[in-house]
Amino acid sequence: MRPARLVGIFAALFILAAPAFLSTYYLGLLTKMLIFALFAMSLDLLLGYTGLPSLGHVAYFGTGAYTVGLLSLRVVKTFWINALAGLAAPTLVALGFNLLTIRARGSYFLMITLALAQVLWGIAFGWRSFTGGDDGLPGIARPMLGGWSMAGEVPFHYFAVVVFGVCLWLLSVVVRSPLGRALVGIRESETRMRVLGYNVWAYQYVASILAGFFAGVAGVLFVYYNGYVGPAYLSVVVSGQALLMVILGGAGTLVGPALGAAIIVLLENFLSAYTERWLTALGIIYVVVTLYAPRGVLGILRDRLGGGRRAAT
Amino acid sequence: MTFWVVQALNGVSFGMLLFLLAAGLSLIFGVMKVLNLAHGSFYLLGAYLGLTVLRLTHSFLLALAAAALGVAALALLLERTVLRRIYGEELRQALLTFGVLFIIADQALWIWGGNPQTLPKPAGFTASVRLGDVIFPSYRLLVIAVGVVMGAALWWLQERTRVGAVIRAGVDDEEMARGIGVNTPLLFTAVFALGAFLAGFGGVMGGALLGVYPGADFEVLLLAFVVIIIGGLGSLKGAFVGGLLVGLIDNFGKAFFPELALFTVFAPMAAILAVRPTGLFGKA
Repeated sequence: MRPARLVGIFAALFILAAPAFLSTYYLGLLTKMLIFALFAMSLDLLLGYTGLPSLGHVAYFGTGAYTVGLLSLRVVKTFWINALAGLAAPTLVALGFNLLTIRARGSYFLMITLALAQVLWGIAFGWRSFTGGDDGLPGIARPMLGGWSMAGEVPFHYFAVVVFGVCLWLLSVVVRSPLGRALVGIRESETRMRVLGYNVWAYQYVASILAGFFAGVAGVLFVYYNGYVGPAYLSVVVSGQALLMVILGGAGTLVGPALGAAIIVLLENFLSAYTERWLTALGIIYVVVTLYAPRGVLGILRDRLGGGRRAAT
Repeated sequence: MTFWVVQALNGVSFGMLLFLLAAGLSLIFGVMKVLNLAHGSFYLLGAYLGLTVLRLTHSFLLALAAAALGVAALALLLERTVLRRIYGEELRQALLTFGVLFIIADQALWIWGGNPQTLPKPAGFTASVRLGDVIFPSYRLLVIAVGVVMGAALWWLQERTRVGAVIRAGVDDEEMARGIGVNTPLLFTAVFALGAFLAGFGGVMGGALLGVYPGADFEVLLLAFVVIIIGGLGSLKGAFVGGLLVGLIDNFGKAFFPELALFTVFAPMAAILAVRPTGLFGKA
């Protein structure tokens, strides 16, 4: 059995058994790590596998969260309706936004995704009568599922674990499928794939919509997790954190970004308890990671342990 | 009628500020291929530095010089120590400057506090002038004049001087420029510092016009992005025309649809992007 698989099984057991030995506070933190791991993995599909660096991925996360928040507070409390709408809305936004973004590459892609996401932030922040403006929408209740209340930390943890597990499985199916292989091909050489007869645009478009969908799942989970949604859910800081998670963990590996998410959520939790200068710390982590660990923790581990068995993907 | 004239002048003066920012951003990207996400932070830092110098010396000109040069010096340091190490890697460089954005924003909040502050306007430009039926703050007119003069100076620098020829060579083909003996590392440092100089300068001008507050860095960065997406990356003319357009649209948008302010700027951007992905004056 490969060591990576052993670590994976250990992590899964830890996450499943956590309610038995973690306090409510740390269990909540673990759940938050899972949600951001899912968010980071959705971005990895775009950045790591397809080679499109988005600085606006929070658009889908926030759209999912706001949809659930607005519906459950203003229209109907039925979980399934809200959750389905919370997944449909970001997917639709992805369908629209990426018609514009996929035309761009590299820095242009960064700029345009950032600008588009910021439009949504502007609406959430500015349109007080509809979105609650800066105050956001508090008081979003966690759902009842088949007679079970998700209000407690333990049932909600398992709810998040199930959603995370399903998404992880789906994502790993996607990246191993011919679609995923084609995406990696496009990342490595667009020209070559085009010559081989692939419709590069269509592949990138599909990847960006899938990425938007899974980011929406994370957003829906997070709005129930916090019982609140506000403009911070659409903030570029979160987009930037997601990029950092992906790169810190190791882009193009799915598991790496999940690891990166866990590290950043933990660091944020502990550092912001000890210092008010969490953003400075985050900035420094950024600089250090981009300078010294561009291939991420997983990349470094592979170099050290893999003995060159697997070169860069 | 008066409403339209006043709003248009407001839009043009804001557009000139955006031009100062976008020109530097565009120049840096054109020559170095670096998307400087910390460009708004240079603006913010310039405004705060200007504020401090103004409080100490009560001289607007001194504040302007100190802020522009101070920010340029910081940029020089940044380019020499860290940015230089990852040339040619667009994404890593963008991310690095993103980290710098967080650090500067957080440190500025720590040093200068979270309350919005306004730089005092220079002597002689605190009152309003009457132009026919329209009463208009003279400082806004000064901002417009300064923007036009800076634009002309940049144009002259780029098109009529030896330094400008080297910069244009760097934009067109960095490798070839290096091949014929241009000292590109020096050129990169100079361009990055010049861009930061313009942003710091704009920070002081803008700080007296719009005030300075946490988050201003990101606001102007975003609008500068829109300017160069519309005008085209690496084009001075694009930065000027784009700056004017965005300044005007932003002002009228805020006047007519205050709740959807950002949307009114981004909708035209999306439209231009759909028709001309490289912007109005950008090269393919």
